[in-house]
Amino acid sequence: MSDARGSSAARRAFLRDAAQGMCGLGLMGLGLAALAPAGHGEAGTAIRPPGALAGDRFFAACARCGLCVRDCPYDTLRLAERADDAPVGTPMFVARDVPCEMCEDIPCVRACPTGALDKSLTDIVDAKMGVAVLVGRETCLNVLGLRCDVCYRVCPLIDKAITLDAQHNVRTGKHAQLIPTVHADACTGCGKCEKSCVLEEAAIKVLPIHLAEGALGEHYRLGWEEKKRNRDAPLVPGLTELPKRGIDAVPGGPKP
Amino acid sequence: MRPDRFAGPAAVAAKGRVAAVRWLASRRSAQAAFLALFASGPLVGIWITKGTLASSMTLGVLPLTDPLLLLQSLAALHVPERSALIGASIVLAAYAVVGGRMFCSWVCPVNLLTDLAHWLRLRAGFKNALRLNRQLRYWLLAATIAMSAATGSVVWEAVNPVTMLHRGLLFGTLAAAGLAAVVVGAVFLFDLAVAERGWCSHLCPVGAFYGLIGRFRLLKVAAPRRADCDHCQDCFQVCPEPHVIVPALKAPAGGDAAIRSIDCTNCGRCIDVCPQSVFAFSLGGKP
Repeated sequence: MSDARGSSAARRAFLRDAAQGMCGLGLMGLGLAALAPAGHGEAGTAIRPPGALAGDRFFAACARCGLCVRDCPYDTLRLAERADDAPVGTPMFVARDVPCEMCEDIPCVRACPTGALDKSLTDIVDAKMGVAVLVGRETCLNVLGLRCDVCYRVCPLIDKAITLDAQHNVRTGKHAQLIPTVHADACTGCGKCEKSCVLEEAAIKVLPIHLAEGALGEHYRLGWEEKKRNRDAPLVPGLTELPKRGIDAVPGGPKP
Repeated sequence: MRPDRFAGPAAVAAKGRVAAVRWLASRRSAQAAFLALFASGPLVGIWITKGTLASSMTLGVLPLTDPLLLLQSLAALHVPERSALIGASIVLAAYAVVGGRMFCSWVCPVNLLTDLAHWLRLRAGFKNALRLNRQLRYWLLAATIAMSAATGSVVWEAVNPVTMLHRGLLFGTLAAAGLAAVVVGAVFLFDLAVAERGWCSHLCPVGAFYGLIGRFRLLKVAAPRRADCDHCQDCFQVCPEPHVIVPALKAPAGGDAAIRSIDCTNCGRCIDVCPQSVFAFSLGGKP
């Protein structure tokens, strides 16, 4: 009798302590969850070293040890502080201060012990640290019709990552504007252009890819690419061919 | 509660000034030496060990990685590269032999601060304002691993005072009052004015993890001359984890008098302050 009462009291005490422990664990978990970087917003807008794993994957790997920073020969990289838009202690750089010099042997990636900087990046030209964007279209000297060209000249991938595209200068009516045009597929995000922009505040800036490039809806399909993938065969077999009308019906008119 | 008398003078009287601070002095030297290995590069350009306690590379050949960090990374479903895996294995193997919490007392820079806080609170006579359960650190360790898995990121590194202080010192962000200064300052004040030995002995999940690593350690403090104990309590006063001492002191003659608790940090301070020289380091078991 007393044994049974004793064991039930012990059981109650155990359940109570376990419940209290779980609540405590929950409290600690909530605290930690509030601190964890999650989602692009909290991942920040800082520019990462070459080879950095995309988005939140980076925070599953980065030890915040600073070995990449130590091996950067140009002191480009530094560890984020509270004022930076990146979790404290993670490596980043500010292109306007010191851009990436795109070392051929990529010492920062080689130094990374955890793979937060991915060693499958072996050619620095394939790096995607960010994308340069001409954000100051009202202030860029070339857009104003002058010849500055500095961002174009300093680009390590000149004529691939940045081209000067001529267009008619409507203001004068007789000159050209040579618009610095970034090609995101070639741009590494090294930031040499941002660093060298002659304006007080750079008109061309490196942005993180998720901010710079936009993203199509998951359901979007580009008809012409789908058709190419289908070896130019109709995408929907047996689709009724509509009669040609207007200029399409004229012999020698626009080809389909 | 202000102690009636401070530990130390009795040992100095019994054994001399040098023997009474032998292990404390060794420990402070080791802490300084480990810091110097990392700091010589940024300070004077002689690069011995690069990185921080989270992950480092010594002389370009010896990688070391915090195994707790690696565990969080694995929980976040990232498989680290070989360098980190090798580095964590070396650290695990070393601390499995000498006792994981030797990291706490002989390497960790936070220990310098919390020891200072303890020294100050004792002399100021501050009351213990918050009684904490020593098991909290294991819960916090569990929460750390669970939240790393849930959020897919190494969560403890967002607040870890150990690596924050180390990073702050080596990368100069401590002086700039970065987050490291905030976190480390909070730990110091917490230990000084709120909970006695609050951080290192009750809350730190890093210490908890290293304690678990050292579960089957060879190097232990033992009480071979426990028969000479006169119950002066000096060892209890200096020990950061006093509960570990009792089983060793109460061991029957001829029985196992080694401190087996995973909480013991092998700091050796009890050896120093014991006027009767009851304690000694031992390899393996019994004495």
